[in-house]
Amino acid sequence: MSFQDLRKKRLDRSIEVRSRGLYALSSYREMTYLLAPRLFLIVGFLVMPLLLDNYWQRVLCTAGVFAMLALSFDFLAEYVGLVCLGGSLFIGFGGYSAGLLNEHFSLPPVATIPLATIIGACVSTLVIMPCLRLRGIYFAIITFMMPLFARNVIVALSLFGSTEGITGLDTMPNIWVEQYVILIAVLVSLFGLRRFVTEDVGLIMMGIKDNDRAVLAAGISIFRYRVLAVFIAALIGCFAGAYLTHLYGWLGLSLFAMDFSILPIAATVMGGMGTLVGPVIGALILSPLSEALRGLGQLRVVLYCLLLLVFILYKPEGLMNFLERKYHQFEREEKV
Amino acid sequence: MESVLLYGAINSVTFALTAIGFSLVYGVSRVPNFAHGAIYVLVGFLTWSFVNDLNLNYALSIVISLAIASVLGLAIYQFVLLRLRGMPTSEIIASFAVSLIILEGLRLQGIGGFKGFIGPNYVLKPFIDGKIEIFNVFVDYQRLIVVVAGVVLAIGLWFFTHRTKIGLSLRAIAQDEQAAMMLGINSDRAAMISMAIGSALAGLAAVIILPLGNITAEAGYHVLIYALAVCIIGGLGSWAGTVLAAFLLGFAMKVSTHMFGAVWESVVLVGTIILVLLVKPSGLLGRQKELEERV
Repeated sequence: MSFQDLRKKRLDRSIEVRSRGLYALSSYREMTYLLAPRLFLIVGFLVMPLLLDNYWQRVLCTAGVFAMLALSFDFLAEYVGLVCLGGSLFIGFGGYSAGLLNEHFSLPPVATIPLATIIGACVSTLVIMPCLRLRGIYFAIITFMMPLFARNVIVALSLFGSTEGITGLDTMPNIWVEQYVILIAVLVSLFGLRRFVTEDVGLIMMGIKDNDRAVLAAGISIFRYRVLAVFIAALIGCFAGAYLTHLYGWLGLSLFAMDFSILPIAATVMGGMGTLVGPVIGALILSPLSEALRGLGQLRVVLYCLLLLVFILYKPEGLMNFLERKYHQFEREEKV
Repeated sequence: MESVLLYGAINSVTFALTAIGFSLVYGVSRVPNFAHGAIYVLVGFLTWSFVNDLNLNYALSIVISLAIASVLGLAIYQFVLLRLRGMPTSEIIASFAVSLIILEGLRLQGIGGFKGFIGPNYVLKPFIDGKIEIFNVFVDYQRLIVVVAGVVLAIGLWFFTHRTKIGLSLRAIAQDEQAAMMLGINSDRAAMISMAIGSALAGLAAVIILPLGNITAEAGYHVLIYALAVCIIGGLGSWAGTVLAAFLLGFAMKVSTHMFGAVWESVVLVGTIILVLLVKPSGLLGRQKELEERV
């Protein structure tokens, strides 16, 4: 049969080999080869708002929020081994802190967003901390119930405007500020995380993911590093939450909605788990898609999940790994 | 006082019933089945549809729904989980996606004339109508059936996993998959069997428990959460722990509802989990694999 006679042979491009390590500095060609994808992403991000009309600019803002969440999910799942199904917890805590600071202390968004990022991250970390002894499916489901739990507490004690939420919060001055705040935040957290995971701390975290017993045997406290990892992921998520509150000038129970937990996961799987860039790209593809499907209501969640399932079963490497392979390697069919 | 004790006991058995299927699938054969709650609700709705739309006999529709549930469990394992064995993150995400597809799919409206299962109209009939007085408290027969079924199932499953060859092979692949394979146990087949039995058990719990109230899709999330809470608190692979945890949770929630009101139920649930984790991270009676699941 024909498919048995031929097989794909993949070879690294010579320029990929030449641009490894210090040799990359040997010529402009090598430097361009390394810089082009990164610059393409950065410049693309900064130019995008200029090309869109008013409606899609708003969509870009929410896409940014989902990109932040996807980043924090990818970091926790692939670099620390904690599958957190409750991304909306971060959005909720960040959003509520920002909104309440704005409502009760009438601080402007410039102050509330950074403050809420830190307060929200501290609160989320404290809430998740007792469960960090768990991992795998147990950790996943506990984080999944946390947003539901937070909703119940808010309704039960009728805190913070209860089911109606609080409206009339300060919004940002104009659409350009809104867009660039979130886009720059995405870029900073993306490149920050990429650097972070290659530092010593990041290596320890990867070790915890691969073999926590070995890390424990080396006399390193797993718990402390997991707390640190959750805090970092929560910082990213809570920033997105605080930003979202000020984007709509509103806070309410739907900050804990399941969309904020599911779409980032779908984006991560689609973009390529463990690549950090992939989730951002996945979010940029998925949230306009979900915006276009707004009329479908509940069907949207089903569609995300179907997409997720298809990707995880048939294309588990994701878009980013696929593109990376195409960029670095060439393929040819070869006789066996 | 008597009513709190009695209903607490009934509540506890309800927890044990919902947790038993999950405990068999995850605790014993280590297949993460997030679709547990979804299958629970699906069986409820299927039975309802068979009885009300197709006018089938009640008992017959229950049998058919349970058969569908176990086939669905098989299918989920064969087409989704089998491809992802050994990749915990993907296993969790994929089975979670399956669960969401089922649960949110049940709530879809207006596709092909499908009305969506929303609202309080979906009620299953109790097996036997009527009430009985025990210690001055009125209890309906359905609740007694729940208790009897729970006790029978718990004992039956203990015998299944400790005395029969298939049950022992399920426990074997949970303890050491490679050693089990060397002894001639087909681990994929064993996992598939446990998925089928676990799904059928989820369905069985559904048809026994659901006549106590109406069927909603949200119940799927709650069932999954309760089942997991019981497994976490009880400890992995320990039947006694599962039963003990079910009673602890059942009474804690009933007593708190009685004293503070229904809104505190979920607070008590999470609080109990966190407390047990802080005091005894391996669960009340967990021994097997405790180090590997908790650090």
